[in-house]
Amino acid sequence: MNPVAQINPGGRKRFLNRARGLGLFYLVLAIIILVWTLRASPPDSLSRLGLGVILQPPPLRLTVPTQPSLIVIGLLLGLTGLYALFCSPPERATSMLLGGGAVLIVLGAIIAAATDKSIDLVGLIKDSVRLATPIMLGMLAGVMCERCAIINIGIEGMMLTAAAVGYMVSLYAQNMWLGLLAAILAGGFMATLHALLTIQLMVDHIISGTCINILAVGVSGYIRAAFLLKNPFGAPGLFPYVFQGTPLWDIPILGTILFQYQPMVYAALVLVPLVWFVLFRTPWGLRTRAVGEHPRAADTVGIDVFKIRYVNVILAGCVAGLGGAWFSLETVGHFDDLMTNNRGFIALAAMIFGNWNPLGGAAGALLFGFADALNFKFQILEVNVPYQFIGMLPFILTMIAVAGVIGRTTPPAADGQPYRKQ
Amino acid sequence: MTFALEMRGITKRFPGVLANDHVDFALEKGEIHCLLGENGAGKSTLMNILYGLYRPDEGHIFLNGHEVHIGAPTDAIRLGIGMVHQHFMLIPVMTVAENIMLGTEIVKGGFVLDRNTAAQRIREISRQYGLEVDPNAYIKDLPVGVQQRVEIVKALYRQANILILDEPTAVLTPQEVDDLFTIMRELAAQGKSIIFITHKLGEVFAVADRITVLRNGRVVGTTRPSDATQSSLAAMMVGREVILTVEKQPARPGRTVLEVRDLKVLDDRGSMVVNGATFEVRAGEVLGIAGVQGNGQTELVEALTGLRPSVAGHVMIDGVEVTNVSPRRISEQGVAHIPEDRHEHGMVGKYPVADNLVLNTYYRPPFAQGFVLNHRAIEEHAWRLVHEFDIRTPSVYVPANNLSGGNQQKMIVAREFSRPIKLLIAAQPTRGLDVGSIEFIHKRLIQARDQGVAVLLVSAELDEIMSLADRIAVMYKGRIVATVEAEQVDRAELGLWMAGVMSHPITEAVGAAEPRA
Repeated sequence: MNPVAQINPGGRKRFLNRARGLGLFYLVLAIIILVWTLRASPPDSLSRLGLGVILQPPPLRLTVPTQPSLIVIGLLLGLTGLYALFCSPPERATSMLLGGGAVLIVLGAIIAAATDKSIDLVGLIKDSVRLATPIMLGMLAGVMCERCAIINIGIEGMMLTAAAVGYMVSLYAQNMWLGLLAAILAGGFMATLHALLTIQLMVDHIISGTCINILAVGVSGYIRAAFLLKNPFGAPGLFPYVFQGTPLWDIPILGTILFQYQPMVYAALVLVPLVWFVLFRTPWGLRTRAVGEHPRAADTVGIDVFKIRYVNVILAGCVAGLGGAWFSLETVGHFDDLMTNNRGFIALAAMIFGNWNPLGGAAGALLFGFADALNFKFQILEVNVPYQFIGMLPFILTMIAVAGVIGRTTPPAADGQPYRKQ
Repeated sequence: MTFALEMRGITKRFPGVLANDHVDFALEKGEIHCLLGENGAGKSTLMNILYGLYRPDEGHIFLNGHEVHIGAPTDAIRLGIGMVHQHFMLIPVMTVAENIMLGTEIVKGGFVLDRNTAAQRIREISRQYGLEVDPNAYIKDLPVGVQQRVEIVKALYRQANILILDEPTAVLTPQEVDDLFTIMRELAAQGKSIIFITHKLGEVFAVADRITVLRNGRVVGTTRPSDATQSSLAAMMVGREVILTVEKQPARPGRTVLEVRDLKVLDDRGSMVVNGATFEVRAGEVLGIAGVQGNGQTELVEALTGLRPSVAGHVMIDGVEVTNVSPRRISEQGVAHIPEDRHEHGMVGKYPVADNLVLNTYYRPPFAQGFVLNHRAIEEHAWRLVHEFDIRTPSVYVPANNLSGGNQQKMIVAREFSRPIKLLIAAQPTRGLDVGSIEFIHKRLIQARDQGVAVLLVSAELDEIMSLADRIAVMYKGRIVATVEAEQVDRAELGLWMAGVMSHPITEAVGAAEPRA
């Protein structure tokens, strides 16, 4: 039985197909932008967009008049919306409209935020990638699990445990890399627990994931209270910047965007195409997807459904462990309670946004990372747009994506269902 | 001589059931061997043992004279045994090539899927056996007949020499069945041995070289088509003489009860699967809707019973418009419904039999008194129906799931007949039932008809339609392509309509069909 078919029992032909939904959304947004611009944006202001810190003055930057630029952006977005709404563009064109509109919205937000101020565009991109990293790693963990039909909402807990254990080991061993290894193993351990509960004992996946999350709060809290608050060692520090001191680091613009990161960022950027390749180009991936769609069919051609699920889920936990290390070992330099701050759940939103594909999911993660980066910038600049609104945008997009209006998302057909051998 | 396959003394016990009792079965090389038996006779168990899905408690399996142990499907595949399951084991969102190569992938460079080489091999197999398939097509886009071909290619790709076809004709049109038989003969001619599982007697004579009949887990006998007749095989299957036809008097139709005009209904994916259906059912007659599964019958019934909205057209019951009203309002018009999927729409499996018997009346006296259920009335009602309809259950408080399929269906029929009705909508009422239950339900349908109920019978079994219906409407691609008097058509003609080959003017009035000899 196909679960997707049950979601929509009415089966009415929707007026709101993908293109129309997108068009309507963009049109409403365009009107909001235009109204806001005409009423609230000062007519003579300039927006300065920096392009990275350059050693020699004058600094490289773009200066545009705020109000006219916003009006142009609003009108372009409105046209995009109207086109999508009334011209029923083909599927491919709709995807391009989605991307183009997103770029317009982002540009508009930055220009509006930079009213009478200067925003460093290149720095913004760099921060987005950096902040997207744990989301990206969590997303990969989610994709690896759900492609073989195990729902994993315990990613948050796996990352939190990994952050605590990784930090504890790096503190007591005074070695960051041992700490990283411990974080990966801690993530893998929590995932093994999830695998045992869901695959072997056939516990509901959501319940098992919730247990993992609650357990992680307790375990990490205990580790902090018992081992981290009072300890005889100095802080182990942070992961080094990989390319610091090489000529790559100093390349203008590109150097900032590509080479000024710590190891977890590169781990995520390498793992995204790697997981995609394994899933869609290798026998292991074909079998994994088969198990996620129709485990009985996989079983009848001699594929070991349980083995595929165990291996995928445990490896996914290890990837989530990398995400945990990003918090305590790469970014903050110590462990705080609940420091993962729901990034594990946002990772699942990115996964759905990307339609269970690592590449699309990475785009989703970057979008969320960008929203985070913009949020910080807005707070620093004291922009008069409520920054919470910018923080909300990706979630509104996700809800629309999940609702199937912009782009249909289809989970693997057997997602969340236990498998019994005959 | 040595057999391609020999199974000796196979015994398999399930809790409370002896599914196979010392079964002996031998398959010659290059023959089509039909395994005949009722549902529950043990055919599928035997084949699942052969394919490594179950392990036998006793018995031995020999391939070409050598004993083999089959502990898992991988063993069966390695030994050259392929199975085409009744419910296809295909992944809709993957391509034909991906489905076929799954589990035995070809790689290049050590770990990269080599789709081109796989597609090449699939084309070679297609050519050799005359099995046309496009390796790059997605399964979800293919008609059922082609999906079945993919399953056969999948087995041949694994170099199967013994092919098990589990009820392969259930989902096919009569023409597709002929194509399948041609393919089967071609495969046998090229030396493949085929085990063909079925319970349809007609097909046995069309294609089988030998026939083995199973009943209650035991082999009743092995014979050749030339030495058997339909009724002798039926008697072997059931263990007694069976009346293959339903005895009934000519219908005396009265007023029009159900009137359907230009009804249009969408399926879950939004395609128009009922596309302007028009027909009527009169009191005291059985209108049979014939058609291959998936031509909109399911959605039509759902729309008539209020389970699915229609997008255009009208449904009237006794002149009262009931288009897109709630299932309860339709039910209260005196409509009974025996649904196609009894587990999904016919009963609540975890509820006791007694509660299931009042699912359509629980809210009215005497079963409800205000907000409170009257359990005494419900229990008395249940015992009365259990006796009247011969529902075999130890108690009325047993969960409905614990009953056998036939008794579950009797329970549903009992509930639907337990109040006065004008219209009975029966969708696949005997699917998956044993012959005894089928006879019972057929008798009840005719009884209802004789009491003046209008009966709409939807069935994929042509035999059932032909033996019960007074008039037959053929449904093809969401339309009623022909409506004829049951006595005036034969199977071949219905088959052509069901396949959409022939069109026929929709006849409204009785006897307006062209007269035939």
